[in-house]
Amino acid sequence: MEAKERVVVFGGTRGIGREVARLYAQRGASVALFGRNVSDLERSAADLRARGVPEATMTTMPCDLADPKSFAPALDLAISTLGKLDIIVVTAAVFGTQDALESDSAATARLLALDFANTILFCEEARKRLLKAGGGKLCVFSSVAGDRARSSVVLYGAAKAGLSAYLAGLDARYRRSGLMTICVKPGFVRTGMTDGLREPPFAGEAEEVAQIAVNAIDHNLPVVYAPPMWRSVMAVVRALPRFVIRRMNF
Amino acid sequence: MWRFRGLGRSYGDASLPPPTNPRAVNTTRANRILHFDGATGILRAEAGLSFKDINAAFLKRGYFLPVSPGTQFVTLGGAVAADIHGKNHHIDGCFGRHVTSLKMRLADGDMVTCSPTQKPELFQATVGGMGLTGNILEVSFAMVRIPSPWIFQESERVSDIESYVEKLAEAATSWPMTVGWIDCVRKGASGRGILIKGRWATPDEAPTEFPSEPLNLRVPFELPEWALSESLVRVFNFAYYWKHLPQKTQGVVSPYAFFYPLDFVKDWNLGYGPRGLTQYQCVLPRDLGPSAVRRLVELVAGLGGASPLCVIKDCGTEGEGLLTFPKPGISIAIDLPVRSGTPAVVGKLNERVIADGGRIYLAKDAFTTSAHFQAMEGARLVRFREARDRYDPRHLFRSAQSVRLMGDAR
Repeated sequence: MEAKERVVVFGGTRGIGREVARLYAQRGASVALFGRNVSDLERSAADLRARGVPEATMTTMPCDLADPKSFAPALDLAISTLGKLDIIVVTAAVFGTQDALESDSAATARLLALDFANTILFCEEARKRLLKAGGGKLCVFSSVAGDRARSSVVLYGAAKAGLSAYLAGLDARYRRSGLMTICVKPGFVRTGMTDGLREPPFAGEAEEVAQIAVNAIDHNLPVVYAPPMWRSVMAVVRALPRFVIRRMNF
Repeated sequence: MWRFRGLGRSYGDASLPPPTNPRAVNTTRANRILHFDGATGILRAEAGLSFKDINAAFLKRGYFLPVSPGTQFVTLGGAVAADIHGKNHHIDGCFGRHVTSLKMRLADGDMVTCSPTQKPELFQATVGGMGLTGNILEVSFAMVRIPSPWIFQESERVSDIESYVEKLAEAATSWPMTVGWIDCVRKGASGRGILIKGRWATPDEAPTEFPSEPLNLRVPFELPEWALSESLVRVFNFAYYWKHLPQKTQGVVSPYAFFYPLDFVKDWNLGYGPRGLTQYQCVLPRDLGPSAVRRLVELVAGLGGASPLCVIKDCGTEGEGLLTFPKPGISIAIDLPVRSGTPAVVGKLNERVIADGGRIYLAKDAFTTSAHFQAMEGARLVRFREARDRYDPRHLFRSAQSVRLMGDAR
């Protein structure tokens, strides 16, 4: 157990982010939750206080993935409140099915902005601050959808492919300077984001995926699949020839 | 139409939607703890929070649930809706007794708070009301301070039903928690069993380490139905009974082993085969004595409802809810593998329970008819219907069970 970690979880009020924040709280960390809805943030902070140790600080910062201007102030406020940041986790993102996005260009623009451009803009603000403090860990949730272009996730997959490439680049450029980049690639996970979607085999639970992410952060793993089965599944999918991929509707 | 469903551990159709509207709302993501007051022990949380999460967070802080059932995979909302009971019922009553307030969304969309003193009629109808009065959003209740996170347990081999019931009553005077099981399969001499008594261990008795949650075994797939044939169940019961060689054993055990023996094997229900199981749980009035218990157990044995588990527990005073299950007497819970004759078996058992003035536990029930239910509940059901009709006149909150037992629209 590492004592007194100071952790930011962007998207920590629900789904996998909620579970990541709980795991850190349970092992004694102080946590700053970033999110849009102030009253929801407060409910989640209360939850962390009840589960964490009394000495830890559980705090919240308004931060909206749709509004890049909110990124720097939230991070600076977190640093001044907690003293220093050791770990920054980003689970915030949006999802849309390919069919829904194709008939809604506003939703497409929003998804590309949030899951690609704005997530990277947030990471850039986080990177500068972690490096300035001598290093730290940046864990970002990409997706297996970014590993291979497929007919069911053309737009979402493209955004996540770009995000995965960015994270691999950060790892190449800054690991020696002390910035550990961890790219988590979840497969299908049962959360609010996937409600109503048809469930494929190997679906994971948020708690299990969060545990895998925290373990990857502990061990500075640059890329981790969750549940782990997806590493093998994606190895096969990546190896499929194009004429096969064209015939599959997954 | 609304049907809210937590972790789905009721054995019957209570958490299932009506057949013609097969959608239920999963509440388990509403699982945040909102406030804990260390001075009073009052915990306020979202209703989808599980007992497992509560134990993980509070056992180490020296607090435990006021009442806990035999599994920790239940939500707070479900605990209120079924007004669950546990091994301490003879002292502490049902979960509802420890609830200080509920936040609910009603059929008209209003968000309200109810408690024993605020909208008491809504509170009493909701506690034990099987989710038929509204959507429970938040639950506030009193946690209990414990001297250590370990249990001191004494277990005892008992040779027949009469002495089991006698020893259970005797144990109730000195032990805060009691439970046990008897062999329902063996005809004639049926009734040998094991009585288990427990209390929280004192700091002196408790090991220095913290009890860890057991690793789960798992039933990997549905077992074939012959796995529960009567002869194999007999062998199981025989082995379990004689494993307990000394007449009496004592010692400190983990609270997980004491409270949640069923949780050791994940998906244990698959052991009952593709048609699954149901449980028959009833309470028989105390003044009928052990002979009523024997009659019921022998009836089960005679009907051939093989069961490795027949749990017998005494109940204390009547609960707070209009439909809360326990009343002073003896509760009997029997697992029945579902076979073609099961509805008839349940019917026969219900006739006996009605004649004896007992009642059944809705959280377990899947096969009781509405006529039998009315015969058991009489005046209590009338009061419940009045309260429910006041808060949900169109019965927007209903379930497959309320369709079956209360005549709600399908």
